[in-house]
Amino acid sequence: MKFYQEGLPGVDPAHLAGKLIVMEGADGSGRSTQMDILKDFLEGKGHATVNVGLRRSTLVSEELNEAKMGNVLGEITRSLFYATDFADQLENRIVPALKAGFVVLADRYIYTLMARDIVRGADRDWVRSLYGIALVPDLVIYLRVSPGQLVERNLRKNATLDYWEAGMDLGLSRDIFDSFMQYQKLIQKEFSLMQREYGFHLVNGNRSIRAVSREMTAKVEQLLEI
Amino acid sequence: MRHSGSLPGKLIAVEGLDGSGKSTQMYLLKRWLELRGLKVYFTEWNSSLIVKKATSKGKKRQLLTPTTFSLIHCTDLADRYERQILPLLKAGYLVLCDRYIYTAFARDAVRGCSRAWLRNLYGFARHPDLTLFFNTPLPIALGRILSGRPQLKYHEAGMDLGLASDPYESFRLFQERIYHEYLAMTDEFSFVTIDGGAAIEEQQAKVREIVGHRFDLPSYRWKTII
Repeated sequence: MKFYQEGLPGVDPAHLAGKLIVMEGADGSGRSTQMDILKDFLEGKGHATVNVGLRRSTLVSEELNEAKMGNVLGEITRSLFYATDFADQLENRIVPALKAGFVVLADRYIYTLMARDIVRGADRDWVRSLYGIALVPDLVIYLRVSPGQLVERNLRKNATLDYWEAGMDLGLSRDIFDSFMQYQKLIQKEFSLMQREYGFHLVNGNRSIRAVSREMTAKVEQLLEI
Repeated sequence: MRHSGSLPGKLIAVEGLDGSGKSTQMYLLKRWLELRGLKVYFTEWNSSLIVKKATSKGKKRQLLTPTTFSLIHCTDLADRYERQILPLLKAGYLVLCDRYIYTAFARDAVRGCSRAWLRNLYGFARHPDLTLFFNTPLPIALGRILSGRPQLKYHEAGMDLGLASDPYESFRLFQERIYHEYLAMTDEFSFVTIDGGAAIEEQQAKVREIVGHRFDLPSYRWKTII
């Protein structure tokens, strides 16, 4: 494996025997469902897996959850808090698991964090260098679902839209529905820009769970030769 | 992304080793400016309330790697920068920072982080209008800290670098490396060097002379009448 840029001091990526599979997509894109299916699929074939995601580090997840409740963090501070959370999981969970030959399933990775920061006005080069510590995944699946479908799925599940997933902090609109639609379009645009650079495998998530999972597992099988 | 345009306020930073005497000098400088009726704000490294809990948890449980150590301290500065330092500078304050980005450049580079990555990471923070570097001969600085045989904390002693198994020896080696990093940055960042081996009064007279000469101090007086 290799790092995007500077990487982590003291870690030799050549010694990482496992595989890193990343799933990106908005809330309501079917990400978690597909992750569960993928886990079953891999374990069924005898591969050991580890799950990681955002805001799950021992170091700062509590603080991040607290901060999410109120508007107490500035933009750069929030970016760095998320980067710290990511780095902690990268070093303390992802790297050790890869060393031990596990398949690491990442429910979101640096791309979501980068897109969120950039949409909020962060400098592209700054963000790119910040996350230059990250490992290049073996496969990144981007589940794209149209904003219209996302709204329907989110409302069906929670009967409400999440403040952050609607990007309400950006002040795009005071109406949460309008804000959600505009914000998701901005994020998707950012993902389209990143898609070429980072080589995402675009999967059309506007389809049934089965149709999506069939395409996804086929990709995993073919690309990882597992 | 470094913002360099002039602001109404001025940023003054002190840098130097533990035991270099910089905090004493900064305190005396602050008193002098305050007693002249100027708008002064003092802030120190690693003091943001939101980040503090995470930092102490990470340090206590030894969860920190060079990268997360660096990121969490950067988050601390970002929080203070976005909420205090920058707004205060815009409001025409003299902002005094006990340790600033160069502390991170020196320490984290010694811990193995890439210098280019560090400089980008802290790219959101403007360079000070004046950086005073307290150049205290290593034996003097070490003597001030070690004379009481204090209980050195794990990271303070640089034990995470594995330079020596004895904390005192580790501290010595760690400080020596930091000292050399500081010296190497002196020209690049236009440090004004103060002889930290001189008597307290002598140093303070020098500091006040430099500050009085560099800035038009009367223009930082309170403008509101209480």
